[in-house]
Amino acid sequence: MASYGTNQLKTGTKILLDGQPHNIVDLDFVKPGKGQAFVRVKAKNLMDGRVQEVTYKSGESVEGADVHETNMQYLYTDGEHWHFMDPETYEQHSVGEAAVGDAANYLKEQETVSVTLWNGNPISVEPPNHVVLRVVQTDPGVRGDTSSGGSKPATTESGAVVKVPLFISEGELIKVDTRTNEYISRVKE
Amino acid sequence: MNGGDWRPTASREVLRLRARLLERVRSFFAERSVLEVETPLLSAATATDPNLHSLSASAPLLSAERGAALPRTAPLFLQTSPEHAMKRLLAAGLGPIYQLGRAFRDGEAGRLHNPEFTMLEWYRPGFDHHHLMDEVEELVRGVLGPERAGGAAFERRTYRDAFQRFAGVDPLTDPVARLAEAASEAAGGASRLPDLGDDRDAWLDLLMVLAVQKELGRERPTFVYDFPASQAALARVRSIPGEPPVAERFELFIDGMELANGFHELTDASEQRRRFERDVALRRQCALPEVPIDERLLAALDAGLPDCAGVALGFDRLVMVATGARDISQVIAFPVDRA
Repeated sequence: MASYGTNQLKTGTKILLDGQPHNIVDLDFVKPGKGQAFVRVKAKNLMDGRVQEVTYKSGESVEGADVHETNMQYLYTDGEHWHFMDPETYEQHSVGEAAVGDAANYLKEQETVSVTLWNGNPISVEPPNHVVLRVVQTDPGVRGDTSSGGSKPATTESGAVVKVPLFISEGELIKVDTRTNEYISRVKE
Repeated sequence: MNGGDWRPTASREVLRLRARLLERVRSFFAERSVLEVETPLLSAATATDPNLHSLSASAPLLSAERGAALPRTAPLFLQTSPEHAMKRLLAAGLGPIYQLGRAFRDGEAGRLHNPEFTMLEWYRPGFDHHHLMDEVEELVRGVLGPERAGGAAFERRTYRDAFQRFAGVDPLTDPVARLAEAASEAAGGASRLPDLGDDRDAWLDLLMVLAVQKELGRERPTFVYDFPASQAALARVRSIPGEPPVAERFELFIDGMELANGFHELTDASEQRRRFERDVALRRQCALPEVPIDERLLAALDAGLPDCAGVALGFDRLVMVATGARDISQVIAFPVDRA
């Protein structure tokens, strides 16, 4: 992978630190008047999420990471691996639990999700911000029952358990925000 | 370029305030009979400092009369500051002068930097750096007003004192290993630092960035003066019996941001030539582009530069202080990425 000069870096640039892919989340160019300039970078490890600070001499070479996001279709899971297909190349990728992460709760067969690849290998999966899921289990809500604060848990087809209003029944479709695991609205078929 | 970002990044209110501040600067100098001058932005020579990178117009097509005398292959450099030209005016006997103009520095862009920026630079024959600090204080207070500048006198600390206090090192005598150690301590655990080898000034600059600068100019603006002799640039160096020599240089900080850089100016032509030659050698060592030495400035120094002090103040940063802006794009109509 090519290297970058510090003046080519910006937030969103993917770099290698200690052999691990990182995403630059913040960047600051600093220079004491007429002195040595530095670039201070906050970088998030794409594998474990930890944030590190690195200060570079301005002009230093920084190793880039071959990381990019691409859309893939979710196929199925065998419990240990989740299988996706690149719709352009028809290439299949199997992704382990660590890389799928929370996205596993929102995956629907044939739906498109964003997969981050490092050197061609999937390292994380991001579902779309909103998904429509079918409720497969929930207790019938009793009208007037406000003891639970007007909501109840519902299990969806993909495994996410979401707090929903009492009027939602099994078999209904709901729209869920995947970033917060919150109910947004009921969806009519 | 798709034209989508045609709008200015500074609001109309800020641009109006900017105009008012420019007026106040001009009144300040008019009241004191300091002459406004305009010197070229393009020059055959430029700063030799290895930490400054000049933009240039390469192989300019000049013709007729004056232009024909210039070698066609030599670039014209955009000025990193009007210093050299203003010193030539001083040597020609113009007396106290100021300039409000553009300066250009390649490779400098960020929250506090735009490669093209406005510099207020002025020179006072007969002043030393302390007297000029007094005038900088008056100007800043006059332009910002008491709300932003505060009522109390500006703080004044030596560079040595500031580093001892905020970085726990003696910047003039501690060995490089100690400076590196202090930088590690200041950066903290999950933070990595570059290897600056035995470049003492680079370690001091890193300490300035990590530990010292943010403590300066917080409750009231702070002047830091008497820099290490190695960071003298074009300032005089003063020897002190029994102590390391210091450069008669000062900087002004407000809210951790550097606003101005001032000097009791070096008038000795041969010392100035030596410093330029040292810069050129350093540039060669670091494989930086060659830049010519300004022979016209050296000739002016030979002819006689009056004893004077000069200061360069970042006008955009002054506007940032006036408006509370966190980013220079809030005070410039069109920063470089949408120029």
